[in-house]
Amino acid sequence: MKFWKRNRDDEPAPVGGSPPPGETPPAEARPTQALPPETSPAAIEDSIARASAFEREFSRRQLFGLLGVAGAGAATVAAMSGCGGKAKAAEKAALDWETFFQGNYRLMTEAEKRQTVERLERRWQMDHAGRIGVSSQEAVPGVLYGYAFNVSKCQGYMDCVKACVEENNTDRDTAMQYIRIFEVEEGSGLSLHDADSHFFHEVPAAGHFYMGVQCFQCDVPPCTKVCPVGATWREPDGIVVVDYDWCIGCRYCEAACPYGARRFNWSEPSVPDDEVNRNQHYLGNRLRSKGVVEKCTFCIQRTREGRLPACAEACPTGARVFGNLLDPDSEIRWVLENKKVFRLKEELGTEPKFWYFMD
Amino acid sequence: MVLHGLEATSAADAGYAADEPVAEGTVSRRPAWRDLGSFVADGLREATTGGPVYHLWMGGLTLLMLIGSWGYWTQLRHGLAVTGMNDHVSWGLYISNFTFLVGLAAAAVMLVLPAYVLKDTDFPRAVLIGEGVAVAALVMCLGFVTVDVGGPHRLWHMIPGIGYFNWPDSMLTWDVLVLNGYLALNLLIPFYILFSRYRGRSPKKALYLPFVFLSVGWAFGIHLVTAFLYAGLPARPFWNNALLGPRFLASAFAAGPAFILVALWAIRRWTDYDIQRDTFRKLALIATVAAQVNLVMLISELFKEFYHPTEHSASAIYLFFGLGGADDLVPWIWTAVIVNVLCTLILTIHPLRRNLRVLIPVCAALFVAIWIEKGMGLIVPGFIPGPWGDVVEYHPTGVEIAVTMGIWALGLFLFTVLVRVALPVELGRARAPGLPTNPGRTVSETT
Repeated sequence: MKFWKRNRDDEPAPVGGSPPPGETPPAEARPTQALPPETSPAAIEDSIARASAFEREFSRRQLFGLLGVAGAGAATVAAMSGCGGKAKAAEKAALDWETFFQGNYRLMTEAEKRQTVERLERRWQMDHAGRIGVSSQEAVPGVLYGYAFNVSKCQGYMDCVKACVEENNTDRDTAMQYIRIFEVEEGSGLSLHDADSHFFHEVPAAGHFYMGVQCFQCDVPPCTKVCPVGATWREPDGIVVVDYDWCIGCRYCEAACPYGARRFNWSEPSVPDDEVNRNQHYLGNRLRSKGVVEKCTFCIQRTREGRLPACAEACPTGARVFGNLLDPDSEIRWVLENKKVFRLKEELGTEPKFWYFMD
Repeated sequence: MVLHGLEATSAADAGYAADEPVAEGTVSRRPAWRDLGSFVADGLREATTGGPVYHLWMGGLTLLMLIGSWGYWTQLRHGLAVTGMNDHVSWGLYISNFTFLVGLAAAAVMLVLPAYVLKDTDFPRAVLIGEGVAVAALVMCLGFVTVDVGGPHRLWHMIPGIGYFNWPDSMLTWDVLVLNGYLALNLLIPFYILFSRYRGRSPKKALYLPFVFLSVGWAFGIHLVTAFLYAGLPARPFWNNALLGPRFLASAFAAGPAFILVALWAIRRWTDYDIQRDTFRKLALIATVAAQVNLVMLISELFKEFYHPTEHSASAIYLFFGLGGADDLVPWIWTAVIVNVLCTLILTIHPLRRNLRVLIPVCAALFVAIWIEKGMGLIVPGFIPGPWGDVVEYHPTGVEIAVTMGIWALGLFLFTVLVRVALPVELGRARAPGLPTNPGRTVSETT
């Protein structure tokens, strides 16, 4: 399995989501309650969306409620009819049936969200050994995530890429990666157009510096606007997410993203069972199927628990700074206030929450 | 009831463009639903009977559709990985054809406008063909979008009420609205007119003319909206320009009438449905003017991209000259440009354009040239280079080509059936049971 380039002889980072015992989340990533939810414009906007969404959701539920009952009924009948294998198959069919008719995650009530992730957990358990945990944790009020990348520090080691793949359960067959590290020749400015992201030699290479790109979690995301079914949106904490069960796979968002951040599952993605990160979030690293779009979510399954994204945690050089933009004491705020920061393609008005800076 | 005061002689020529006086005993007194049954039965009979040429044509199209179905089945099983698309070039042959065909559908307006609105009495017979082209093209459009999405089983997510229709934000939802609306208009108007004639009644202008006006505006809408689909993406500088919409219209109004001219010629050649020479003359003029305007816009686009190339010109450089050794589209686009220029020149010269032996092959060539230019020549370079300068070329795979040909075959099949059903009604040979029919051969006997 050679989906990332490694030039150093480190031990690979531990697979899996749970942090080593005794580790405390870094201060800047810890959610703060600086702003009560009522005063946050994002929260108000969210509650309005939820209210109007409820009405829309309701008609769908009315229509498919019957279908769901029918599916569950079939499962119960099969379960009572004896044979265990048959019952299991029937339960699977019922779960898949309910999944097929499930609504847009953003429009679900808390209870529906919980039901949905429990269904995912149950469905996984039926085909695999062990369990997965799928979170439906909401955005923490008063948190807006931001990222800064220190161009002077990055040495192109690619530990971030490796950690990202392992954390986010991306397809191993096609070596899907959310992060790209570009090797830029010194003296050629900051243009990535002539830079190389497929280098296979010892790093850092003389006369070069390194710049990573991934999803910039734009505050004005062009990708969410174009989605015909509202399967992708900006969460109140600023993370742009995809409902993989709602995406129809038209790839309009992929064409609309000026940063090449979105990935499509051109074939059925596969992750070996023993490599699956079982600490999952519905909007994050849960397993995807073919024909849907996915992207970097700032490791929503980690960051909403107050931990760093896998890439920031894995970086051995300290080039990656992550934190809460609304917390005046966070490291990210310190960087933004004390360094000469810039963003890429700012002229497009996308307001990325991903800055670059130099020492 | 003559709303527009056409002269009596032209009204007779005009067919359904004017309300005809109805003779006693020629109006079906049966309930409409019973006539609808015999209408469908007659239509099916017309569509399934014909000479060897007809059966060979339909059989060939069916074979292509079967091959396309195999391709789509393969794609459904293995995912879109069986196509040449990837995360760099995420739209390819399917969306290219979709874009081109929206233009073809929109072009029906070039026949509808003079026939219904400007009361040009030469056009009505051709209008039916134009509307048939629009219906077939729209069905192909919907087909291409369906095969392009990763989850066709989830398309119901788009249905308002049970799904989530992201309107008005997403231009794709606008496109869904206008395309389906245009399809409905182009099915309902001809159906109403043909069914009325089938029952021996005069179609009521007050009933259908408002929809005709609506469809004229709508035709501009479907093409403009489709252009905005691309023009609204600042991520792709090649598409993100104000000329895209107008250029879409110009090329559509060249390619559409060109296709209809070829179709009319074929119908005149293989059926006894008479298309007046005047219709050819006027349609050819429309195609010519549109092709000229299209060329003017091409020139201004080329000027803007190449007088002082910026980073945003990279896609145009890739398309016309190649970028970093990648130049697979270069021969295609130059073929298209050269054929475009030559065809426009030939069409501009009156004696050449008026000669059917010249006009028809030139129209066919113009059609192909615009298909290249507005299909692969527009969609693929939008992705090359990518947002970070990646130059990854796109080559459609066999599966993709099979599916594409299958959908084209479906469109042509549908078009043939529509024409096959419409003509006998239009010619007065197919009428509701108990009504007198026009004597003469049936269309099926002539082929």
